[in-house]
Amino acid sequence: MPKSILVLLKVLVWCACLWAFVNLVWGAATNNLGPDPTATITFSTGLATLRLLTISLAITPVRRLIPKLNWLIRFRRLLGLFAFFYATLHMLTWVALYAGFDVNAMSVDILKRRYITVGMAAWLLLLPLAATSTNWAIRKMGGKCWNRLHKLVYLAAVCGVIHYWWQVKPGVLTPLTITLVLGVLLLARPVLAWSQRRRVRTVPA
Amino acid sequence: MLIRKPSDIPSSAITPKEQYLNRRRFLRNVASGAVAVGAAALGADRLTQVFSPKVAAFAGTKLQTVQSPLTTTGEQLTSYEDVTHYNNFYEFGVQKSDPAQNAGGLPTRPWTVHVEGHVKKAKTFDIDALLKLRPLEERVYRHRCVEAWSMVIPWVGYSLSEFINQCEPLSGAKYVQFLSYYNSGVQRWASQTTIDWPYSEGLRMDEAMNPLTLLTFGLYGEVLPNQNGAPIRIVVPWKYGFKSAKSIVRVRFVDRQPSTTWNEMASNEYGFYSNVNPNVDHPRWSQKVERRIGLPFWQQRRATLMFNGYGDQVASLYTGMDLRKDF
Ligand code: HEM
Repeated sequence: MPKSILVLLKVLVWCACLWAFVNLVWGAATNNLGPDPTATITFSTGLATLRLLTISLAITPVRRLIPKLNWLIRFRRLLGLFAFFYATLHMLTWVALYAGFDVNAMSVDILKRRYITVGMAAWLLLLPLAATSTNWAIRKMGGKCWNRLHKLVYLAAVCGVIHYWWQVKPGVLTPLTITLVLGVLLLARPVLAWSQRRRVRTVPA
Repeated sequence: MLIRKPSDIPSSAITPKEQYLNRRRFLRNVASGAVAVGAAALGADRLTQVFSPKVAAFAGTKLQTVQSPLTTTGEQLTSYEDVTHYNNFYEFGVQKSDPAQNAGGLPTRPWTVHVEGHVKKAKTFDIDALLKLRPLEERVYRHRCVEAWSMVIPWVGYSLSEFINQCEPLSGAKYVQFLSYYNSGVQRWASQTTIDWPYSEGLRMDEAMNPLTLLTFGLYGEVLPNQNGAPIRIVVPWKYGFKSAKSIVRVRFVDRQPSTTWNEMASNEYGFYSNVNPNVDHPRWSQKVERRIGLPFWQQRRATLMFNGYGDQVASLYTGMDLRKDF
């Protein structure tokens, strides 16, 4: 892939990733975040986290299926870091606007409210991944170890989806689409690995 | 003193009065050009219907109201725009903005309310007769949703007790059940949920007879927009919003606690009583604080009041009851 196209793609991906954030800042500045601005902020940052995690998880299966798209790997770190950026904004919204910086209220929330517990777990799982995203950390840890650690992203995504289901009213199905997409992506890995193994085994025969 | 003084409310929180008055003046001018305001209820209805036969045929028609001592004072009203575009009305979609977009097809005329069960005689009331049964009062009430957001809304109606007296309930009537309109064609969004429609709600007889419980026909001095439960709903200001059934077609007087929609869906989360109570958390979130709709995000958070601030009028209904158990 020519360098100029890669640069152009990078710019586009940055713009797409920043889109939700710019919208929120613009909305806040113009007092235009809808009837319930607090909910708009949590919803928008929460959904951005989940979508970015999902897209970053799609990269490996897509590369396996279409080897031509190998260059997609260059965007995975960016997507993952943006997911962490939105997760952190989302968590801080809870600290400030739901708990009102009240440490007591926060600990009660984390201990008693399962959707907060599992959301917090998701954020804590993303934290070491973001911290070890530099080239230096990868070198220091060694690829194998780094890879193993970064498997935690699956768990984080699953926690994120459970967190979403646990706050909609019973009988409401809004989180269904993202759940199905994530489910397919998670299943794609063992399925692809299995079919590859079969191919490897059958080819020489 | 539980109710905040008006001076406590930041000026930025105030609905631009200019805007509100202008809008009303505009509407009045439009209406009075065609018909006298007193008779507007019917005349303007027909006019609106001619101009936009499908969308909210009657909504927005001016209603004549009298003042009421039961109105809530010292609160800043939530804007008309937010009251009418931030709704939970799952028959028209589960997103807050869905009902305003999708409720246009609700056929609000002709409309009848059928009364049955433990009454002297089953009866059917026409909506236009109900509108004239008693003088319509303007009642400002706080509105607290179980999802921890709140509004302040100027409703129009009269006490439900006035209507119940017309129904002549028998001594066997211990509870009242309200059934909402349901038509899977008009409300095709209802299937986005697994709820067993029609929507059902209920009150104990003494709750229904409390003068605060409002049989509601309008808001902001006008006929209810469809998304707010046109043409007739109840408003029970000391309970979470979902207790206030919308678009009522059937009122049933029964001798035992009726089955109600959210209680059926998850009885551990939505009790039959569902009184606003900061001391009893929803199993999944706290009810101690709420977010007031329409304010900037750093001003939304506020303490939730016991019985939504209406304890003086209603606390006595629950003496001797354990509100943690009967939540
Ligand atoms: C890192 C992974 C996370 C993901 C993917 C995520 C995703 C979401 C999504 C999609 C929503 C919107 C639900 C809706 O409004 O219908 C949401 C709401 C929310 N999340 Fe998260 N979340 C995460 C972590 C957290 C954490 C760490 C906290 C706080 C400790 C948190 C607290 C909340 C709160 C308070 C709401 C709003 C609930 C309400 O409106 O009542 N989340 N989240």
